[in-house]
Amino acid sequence: MIGAALPAGLLPRVGFRALAGVAVLLSAILGGVVLGETPLPWDTVWAALANNLWNAGHPVDPIDQGIIWSYRVPRTLVAAACGAGLALAGVVLQALVRNALADPYLLGVSAGASTGAVAVTIMGLGAGAIGISGGAFVGAALAFGLVSLLARAAGGGPAQMVLAGIAGSQLFNALTSFFIAKSANAEQARGIIFWLLGNLSGVRWPDVTLAAPVAIAGFLACLWHMRALDAFSFGADAASALGIAVRRVQIVLIGAVTLMTATMVSLVGSIGFVGLVIPHAARFLVGPRHGRLIPTAALIGAIFLIAADVVSRMLIPGQVVPIGVVTALVGAPGFALILIRGKVRG
Amino acid sequence: MKIAARNLGWTVRGRRIVGEVSLDIAAGETFGLIGPNGSGKSTLLRLLAGIAPRPVGEVWFDDMPLRRLPRREVARRLAFVEQQAETAEALSVRDTVELGRTPWLSPLAPFGPHDAAICAEALAAVGMEDMTERAWTTLSGGERQRVHIARALAQRPRIMLLDEPTNHLDIHHQLSLLRLISTLPVTVVIALHDLNQAMGCDRLAVMEGGRLAACGPPSEVLTHERLAAIFRVGARTLTDPTDGARQFRFHCLEDHP
Repeated sequence: MIGAALPAGLLPRVGFRALAGVAVLLSAILGGVVLGETPLPWDTVWAALANNLWNAGHPVDPIDQGIIWSYRVPRTLVAAACGAGLALAGVVLQALVRNALADPYLLGVSAGASTGAVAVTIMGLGAGAIGISGGAFVGAALAFGLVSLLARAAGGGPAQMVLAGIAGSQLFNALTSFFIAKSANAEQARGIIFWLLGNLSGVRWPDVTLAAPVAIAGFLACLWHMRALDAFSFGADAASALGIAVRRVQIVLIGAVTLMTATMVSLVGSIGFVGLVIPHAARFLVGPRHGRLIPTAALIGAIFLIAADVVSRMLIPGQVVPIGVVTALVGAPGFALILIRGKVRG
Repeated sequence: MKIAARNLGWTVRGRRIVGEVSLDIAAGETFGLIGPNGSGKSTLLRLLAGIAPRPVGEVWFDDMPLRRLPRREVARRLAFVEQQAETAEALSVRDTVELGRTPWLSPLAPFGPHDAAICAEALAAVGMEDMTERAWTTLSGGERQRVHIARALAQRPRIMLLDEPTNHLDIHHQLSLLRLISTLPVTVVIALHDLNQAMGCDRLAVMEGGRLAACGPPSEVLTHERLAAIFRVGARTLTDPTDGARQFRFHCLEDHP
């Protein structure tokens, strides 16, 4: 029925691109599973995957089987979901705030999510991944609300939003430190600080069942609103004049951004620069229209974080570098490039 | 489509910007809004477009109150060309004009050949058909204005609101734009600064201090007394000997009595 409403030729074209995107994503995930500090040959990986996916019954060393299925596959899937989710959050925030520097990290959403997650962890409110994610969601929503109010009080322009975000980030980072200093013992504190830098070491299958649905739902919500996001190019008034229910779209999309950011932060800590740099890379490749930008940014974000995770595992033998450190090492120069290009254009 | 305002007003932080404006604009009419800087022309247009928050009074499209219509239905009836709408996105001329189709599209009814034809027609109407791939940032002020008007045309509205659309345009494009607007089969509400251009409207409304000071045919509205009182200019009327058309020639009145 849906296909019947589409003009001829559109469906095959979109379908081909979607298929190509999924193929690239699967290859990246496979790459993330094959690469690691324990080198595993392709056929072992393939056999282990086949054993678990459709009981193929290949003879595989149980240790290799364990590394592949219980450790690397969930880790790579969560990395892909986080990369896509954070990149989408950046795309949406940059469109709604109309500032090239908007991303969940700079606007304080990640900091708020961290505060919420740490508060739940230390004070033992709620339990398990859902409890921590819930805390992160409340923290992220609070942070975004506070930053929006401050930006509005300061005049409400795109620049004010980013400045208010910096203030909000500082406030919530201070709150996080305060909670740690007040309540955590030395062992807890070390663990939390390591987690805050971004870390996929502890990721297992239950985390996949949280991260993947949230990333997919967020992706679909963004894609559904692609025309609305385009309409914000000339500002909220112009979007309204083009028939966009501005307030409703803002609430739905900010809700999606908050949910994605909070989920990803609660699972892997606060990872910077993905939401900032990836949308610009995607715009450079496919232009500013969201119909192409959203799938491209999600795909590049997923691949980028899979690659960053592989690098974080292999950079120092026998030791895992926090993935936030890797994304910052790559992202900071990328950010510098955006600034310089912005200057040339202006 | 008829558009009417009933006691329309807008207040920000206790200060009234526009108040008690009632208007009836007939279908197909070209209705001019004139008035000095800060007299409330732009705010009145925003109120008529339904994008000013928390308005006082009502706007009616034929027999339908604007506030009962979803934004999408409003945008199918009415297109608004703001005075300055800018973007930092690397949009092309084509991208910008295609935004005009937004109220007619949905995820289940995507952009198709019919929409592309409407956009091409809109671009041709403003003489931008050879510049479809140009980036927004490389356009001059006048070209941006024409692209915005093409975007509004692509909305296929029955009412068009234009806020000083001849700003930034060279004289050729000013005249061709005004001619285009007068030939459109839609209701047009247009804010203008050039009183000689305003003479071409079917009717004029004069704004002063947020209120409607006068409304009627240009020859009745633009009296020498009113020009002196509201615009603080003296005027002499010149007549073009070739066709008998009247033109104003203005001079400054002494500002301090």
